[in-house]
Amino acid sequence: MTPQRLVLPLLGAVTLALFAASLLLGPAGAPAGRSLAALLTGDNPALALVMREIRLPRALLGLGIGAALGLAGAALQGYLRNPLAEPGLLGVSAAAALGAVLAFYTGLAALLPLALPLMALGGAFAATLLVVGLAGVAGGALTLILAGVAVSSLAGALTSLVLNLSPNPFAASEIMFWLLGSLADRSWMHVALAGPFILAGMGLLLLLARDLEALTLGEDAARSLGIPLGRTRALALGGTAAAVGAGVAVAGAIGFVGLVVPHLLRPVVGHSPSRLLPAAALGGASFLLAADVAARLIAPERDLKLGVLTALVGAPFFLRLVWTTRRRLA
Amino acid sequence: MSLLALDRLTVRRGPCPVVDDVSFTIRAGEVVGLIGPNGAGKTTLMRACLGLIPAEGRVAITGRPLAELAPAERARIVAYLPQEREIAWPITVEALVALGRHPHRRPGARLSAADRAAVETALEMAEVSAFRTRPATELSGGERARVLMARALAQEAPLLLADEPVAGLDPAHALDLMETLGHLGAEGKAVLVSLHDLTLAARHCTRLVLLRAGRLLAEGPPEAVLSPATLAAAYGVSAFHAADARGPIVVPTGRIRP
Repeated sequence: MTPQRLVLPLLGAVTLALFAASLLLGPAGAPAGRSLAALLTGDNPALALVMREIRLPRALLGLGIGAALGLAGAALQGYLRNPLAEPGLLGVSAAAALGAVLAFYTGLAALLPLALPLMALGGAFAATLLVVGLAGVAGGALTLILAGVAVSSLAGALTSLVLNLSPNPFAASEIMFWLLGSLADRSWMHVALAGPFILAGMGLLLLLARDLEALTLGEDAARSLGIPLGRTRALALGGTAAAVGAGVAVAGAIGFVGLVVPHLLRPVVGHSPSRLLPAAALGGASFLLAADVAARLIAPERDLKLGVLTALVGAPFFLRLVWTTRRRLA
Repeated sequence: MSLLALDRLTVRRGPCPVVDDVSFTIRAGEVVGLIGPNGAGKTTLMRACLGLIPAEGRVAITGRPLAELAPAERARIVAYLPQEREIAWPITVEALVALGRHPHRRPGARLSAADRAAVETALEMAEVSAFRTRPATELSGGERARVLMARALAQEAPLLLADEPVAGLDPAHALDLMETLGHLGAEGKAVLVSLHDLTLAARHCTRLVLLRAGRLLAEGPPEAVLSPATLAAAYGVSAFHAADARGPIVVPTGRIRP
């Protein structure tokens, strides 16, 4: 097995390599050396424009959103002590998608480019407040999951309603495509909007390390060890809403990263819920960057959606995991 | 010194009290057995002592009101071993026992030499050092109970509240565990331990507190609390009473139906 102290440096190196790949590979087909030179020095203005205005924001968003999804998944699995938890479970993703869809439907998205991500973020925070209101500040993990499922279903139903009522098939398919998730054609404006929320949210989630360790023993034992669980809940939910909400707001709903990445990395860090946090952040970033590079390489002309690809790659991983778990338990 | 003092403690769930007007004190050096039928309020009382549930009346720890203690400070004085033996992830036994050091550590700090020594002592005391590197979730029920006990011991708190720690243990390990609690008492710490085995309670506790339907029915030396009349009133059972050189023997033998 990999010695524990090598895990984070290795994951960091992989993330860095994939970030570089995301930056240097693309339909423009320029050699990597020239691309990098153009990015850094700005000679060859056309290539510099591609690198600085298209590739760099896209790679940064892949890095940040992937890290947010992986970290939020690890944090929620640790907080709820449930390996099936993922950021979508608490309704954050569904509500952010609903906010975005409403921006499309009302035409605000066409009038004001920022309306879509802002309404998505608003949806994410509204969902979190609703979930906390339903489950209570001191409620247990189960009530929180139930409240999340309820809010998720409601947001999903409302999204379907909007699709159902959309004036023409083009509007409906535009919404559908957005929901599948993508990093294509994102700009610095998106980075500026999502970046602060992603960084702040991830900062809150990383503060959970100690609390999640103690929660291994259950809620009563954790509280008896001096962990104030009200603060734990606020950090877990607030951090997820900010980091994942911002991610969905600019890239659409990208599934499976928050579920699969913590799962794959948990045995690697000795099942420690605290050491899983940074590992899952790096793993999530690697996974999303790899998926985004793959989307560009496999079918550059077809605009393969990122959410489709993460699910296509993630589901078989998950099947294998279920298979090995079953064999171990048998 | 009084480590734990309850003054008219009452816990309500809905209109009816689950713990009703209970007062008693635990001093350093005591191993106090908390006994009573199922649903008598033993677990609720322990949770209220830690402030895990709202309660009326007063709880004082080392003479200070519970509400005045910050959670981390309280955790350095009181260790709690819940009845539910939850272990969420397959971390190693060693890592699990080290969780008991949380109240003594700064966030993000590595285990200090003192932390490691406390973990070693706890592993030895609970006799679980043999499987220190095994995943805690793969242990048998009794082994799991001892590992969780080790976690509570590693906390090195002067007061331990242990909720049915011997449930599911074989006789040898049950005796060992009760002896460990006795050692804590001899070291000048104090223990409140809920039990269903009346002989273990009689032989290993310095004092017993008997709850029935949330109320304190009897309190005092084991022989007095386990009298035939009190056992009949509390549990509705008759019992065989005897004694050997090392203490009383109390074995329930029959149901008394009113």
